[in-house]
Amino acid sequence: MRFDDRPQRILLPANVGFMVLSLALALLFNLLPWRDVSGLPDMAALVLTFWCVHQPRKIGIGAAWMLGLIMDAANGALLGQHAFAYSVLAFAALGLHRRILWFSPWRQAAHVLPLLLGCQVLMLGVRMIAGGMFPGLPYFAGSLIAAALWPTATFLLLLPQRRPESVDENRPI
Amino acid sequence: MDYQPPPFFNRGPAPLVRLGFFISLAFLLMVLDARFRYAESIRQAVALLAYPMQWAVLAPVELVSASADFFTTQVALKRDNDALKSKQLQDAKDLLTLEALRAENAQLRRLHEARERLPRSSTLAEILYTGRDPFSRKIVIDKGRQQDIQEGQAVIDDVGVIGQVTRVYPLLAEVTLITDKEQRIPVEVVRNGLRAVVYGGGAAGTLDLSYTAANADVQADDLLVTSGIDGTYPPGLPVARVSRIERDAAYAFAKITCVPTSGTEQNKQVLVLSREVNLPPPPVEAETAVKSGKQKRPRKPE
Repeated sequence: MRFDDRPQRILLPANVGFMVLSLALALLFNLLPWRDVSGLPDMAALVLTFWCVHQPRKIGIGAAWMLGLIMDAANGALLGQHAFAYSVLAFAALGLHRRILWFSPWRQAAHVLPLLLGCQVLMLGVRMIAGGMFPGLPYFAGSLIAAALWPTATFLLLLPQRRPESVDENRPI
Repeated sequence: MDYQPPPFFNRGPAPLVRLGFFISLAFLLMVLDARFRYAESIRQAVALLAYPMQWAVLAPVELVSASADFFTTQVALKRDNDALKSKQLQDAKDLLTLEALRAENAQLRRLHEARERLPRSSTLAEILYTGRDPFSRKIVIDKGRQQDIQEGQAVIDDVGVIGQVTRVYPLLAEVTLITDKEQRIPVEVVRNGLRAVVYGGGAAGTLDLSYTAANADVQADDLLVTSGIDGTYPPGLPVARVSRIERDAAYAFAKITCVPTSGTEQNKQVLVLSREVNLPPPPVEAETAVKSGKQKRPRKPE
């Protein structure tokens, strides 16, 4: 039973092409030439978490690792830093996916926030060991913003699965 | 009889095993990258994947900035023009004396049979964005391997050194600022010629003059310029100004904080200097001493 009283929709199966496209768009967002990166939400991590929660059979730790590697190479970060953090993030999201979907979107966001924060803390730890500098507390604001975007992301990323299979005037889905 | 689950229940190794595998792979890469710098070829290969994305992202941004430039009001142009004219008048006097001084200097050098320094070629580049890595201080400029930018080249602006090229992509290059924690520059104090090495201060945006003796002759407001000893930075470029000195009898070294002279955070245009090629080989004793000594961890190219 869901905690909210809204009717539950029957969704179409997810399209792997759309999943790849959404991950690529999130990556594009991260690669935009931002002037100030502190407090920027990590969209790739958010979309990755979303698909790990909603489609655990179609995405896994390997895909998360590869996505992280692309982030590292394009970012000029320590190679393997994002790959490591995203693998752990995917693992945690896969472990929680049965639980998270029982809640309403905002309560789901409350579950996602610690995952994203943990991902950032892992990266921070790795970089501090490797001799980086502490980026300041605004760095963690990125996770807060990303978690706040979870309900919006849920709405947008589920849109293709809400299409009716065949248009029927008398039976709108 | 062997009980095997039907193939549609078979989901490969357990998640924890997969996690362990990928984490160890990531750690291997990190150690390779941070300690030994063997991972550059892997990075270049993966960067090739991300390259079309970078291009797709940069193209509209450049278009917007170009159109914004186009619509700069005429008033702003007029004001800039007036300011530049008066600046040019002020500088003209100095430029005239500079020519005479340069000729005199060249003659003196020949007299001393000093090796004449070749003028370095330089490339004008524009800062595209600050680096996306929040753990280091880097900027990305719009010139790359196609414009003959190489790793290790010095980058300056109109008032001093701002950093060094540390990674080169086909169309972009990454510059580590002098304020980055991992960046060092050999400098000398203008007032008395004292040589030292300046370390980046990290988050604070300052520089540290580390490992200078507590009784060294350094005063507040001293100007530090590159000494040119390493052959990477041409000598005499302003780097920083000493802002604060703490001498504590308990420590052998003074804690000296400096402020960079260049606008490491605000300028848009920078100049990338080519490296000097005709350096004499280092003396033999020094080399054998290094080889016979204990193998140290490799340092960043300086």
